[in-house]
Amino acid sequence: MALSTVWVFAEARDGKVLPITLEMLAQARELSDNVEAFHGGDGAAIAAELGAHGVTKVHATGDLGGALLGVPVAAAMAAAIEGGAAPDLIMFGTTYDGRDVAGRLSAKLDRTVITNNVGVSVDGDAIVVVEPVFGGSTNVSTKFSGPGPHLALFRPKSFEPAETGGGAAEVAEAAVPDLGGAGGATVTERHVEEREGPSLDDAAVVVSGGRGLGEAEKYDMIETLAKLLKAAPGASRAIVDAGWVPYSYQVGQTGKVVKPTVYIAAGISGATQHMVGMKGSKNIIAINKDAEAPIFSIADLGIVGDVHKVLPKLIEALEARG
Amino acid sequence: MNVVVCVKQIPDPAEPGQLDPETKTLKRDGKLILDESDSYGVEMALQLVDAAGGGEVTLVSMAPNNEVGGIRTALAMGAAKAILVSDPALAGSDSLGTAKVLAAAIKRAEPDLVLTATESSDGYTGTVPEQVAGLLDLPSVTFAKQISVGDGKVSVQRQTEAGFDDVECPMPAVVSVTAGVVEPRYPSFKGIMAAKSKPVDELTVGDLGLDAGAVGWAGGQQEIVDVSAAEERQAGEIIEDEGEAHLKIVEFLDQLKVL
Ligand SMILES: Cc1cc2nc3c(=O)[nH]c(=O)nc-3n(C[C@H](O)[C@H](O)[C@H](O)COP(=O)(O)OP(=O)(O)OC[C@H]3O[C@@H](n4cnc5c(N)ncnc54)[C@H](O)[C@@H]3O)c2cc1C
Repeated sequence: MALSTVWVFAEARDGKVLPITLEMLAQARELSDNVEAFHGGDGAAIAAELGAHGVTKVHATGDLGGALLGVPVAAAMAAAIEGGAAPDLIMFGTTYDGRDVAGRLSAKLDRTVITNNVGVSVDGDAIVVVEPVFGGSTNVSTKFSGPGPHLALFRPKSFEPAETGGGAAEVAEAAVPDLGGAGGATVTERHVEEREGPSLDDAAVVVSGGRGLGEAEKYDMIETLAKLLKAAPGASRAIVDAGWVPYSYQVGQTGKVVKPTVYIAAGISGATQHMVGMKGSKNIIAINKDAEAPIFSIADLGIVGDVHKVLPKLIEALEARG
Repeated sequence: MNVVVCVKQIPDPAEPGQLDPETKTLKRDGKLILDESDSYGVEMALQLVDAAGGGEVTLVSMAPNNEVGGIRTALAMGAAKAILVSDPALAGSDSLGTAKVLAAAIKRAEPDLVLTATESSDGYTGTVPEQVAGLLDLPSVTFAKQISVGDGKVSVQRQTEAGFDDVECPMPAVVSVTAGVVEPRYPSFKGIMAAKSKPVDELTVGDLGLDAGAVGWAGGQQEIVDVSAAEERQAGEIIEDEGEAHLKIVEFLDQLKVL
């Protein structure tokens, strides 16, 4: 049975809808003929793009003046739900703001929220979500019980975005009620950490380095290689925590999920928390001096060797090709 | 300034996790240790109280079997006392049930600031901090990579996709901290000895005035319907580098037409 209405928490940056939102919209359309979006910001700015991805209506709060989204958006959602607009399911992306809004709304509605999902389907009249555990080796399927709306968080890159060619979504104002004591967290300044080249989200090739590089300076090899391959440089958490590269480079459970054509892991052991972030790559190349490293169990091409020997030669060979 | 830190006691992450075949939830019946993700909040709290020139750090934890192994570690780091909620009725609690318990316990400590990790290492739902803040009707800032306190406000550098945001938030507030917000100290021998006699207030669901039907299995709004092995990724060709392995990589990339 199809659901009557699904909401997708829509996120945008600089007037462009984020990939994770478009991914969820594609999946939402599999579940319901009426997919609506809920946006903490200016709905008109993204109504055309949302409509092209099958959204009929976007509920939007309008400008929130720098407030962190969790509190006001959850309050606006709860008010809209009370007002009779309740969907069967609300899909959130596993992002900073997605988790905030979902958590707040869960407390407000006294409804559970199921997290880390990569799949969702309707079975009879139940909504079933799928969450991978133990580094993706096991899938747990969970069904919501009790009354909706049901709340679920989805990992990035779980679904393929798809345009429907629909016209602009209708914009409906979602009023933010009085926030009482909970409001007040406000962004005073935004800092953008510049990154060169393609982003981890959409690069065809990702080159990641880990603790096996030995020292921060050696990450240069990863960046040189990335440049030669028009790839995005990535990292394991070990070297992010060590301060070699910024957090935005991290791949894994608490970092980015990447699914490039080729993922190159250099000096990375292959901890389950790293693997959940890159296992979906079409091809994996691993370089590690330990033949027993877990990363080799999922590598299409595994090189048992020293990164300090293999990487410089690889860089030289690629430079020679011009 | 009084700070509450929510700490979770978890099975040693070095041991492979297991699902209970009956309940299909994570097995948590063995010895538990302090979740490393929470050590950052404990350290941050100790430093903030120090900087404020007075106050206490109180730990709040929910765990089966009155387990205190992890709490003692955080007490040894310097926290003054702990509230531990333990009750058979809590088995099977989801994130919202957990948040209800933590919120009720936090209220007792009347803190100026509540710190949590962004997510636990074993369950990693990542929603508990906001659920707790929501239940307490407090403002919140998640994913802090730097925190300072002054003028009744907490100032936070909050991690974002693009970099970070400076965020100001009135107190009392709930703030979730990332690994890397501070370097946690190792407990000293003196700290470990002192921790043994620090007070741990052990409470049940009833003591907190919560309805047992709202937590644990009874309060769950979900049911696990299937647990199955995911499709395995097959290992491909593994070669030993004898000086020419880079050529193999070039060939592989060539085949994939990414060069
Ligand atoms: C809650 C939680 C969340 C986490 N989230 C993430 C996450 O999002 N992403 C993530 O990556 N990790 C995450 N981790 C951490 C993860 O468990 C590992 O600790 C981390 O991935 C290890 O990084 P690494 O592979 O670089 O380092 P190590 O595990 O130390 O591995 C280094 C590897 O380099 C190899 N090596 C050493 N020298 C050389 C050389 N000269 N040449 C070639 N190889 C060499 C070694 O054989 C070893 O295999 C998380 C952990 C927890 C508890």
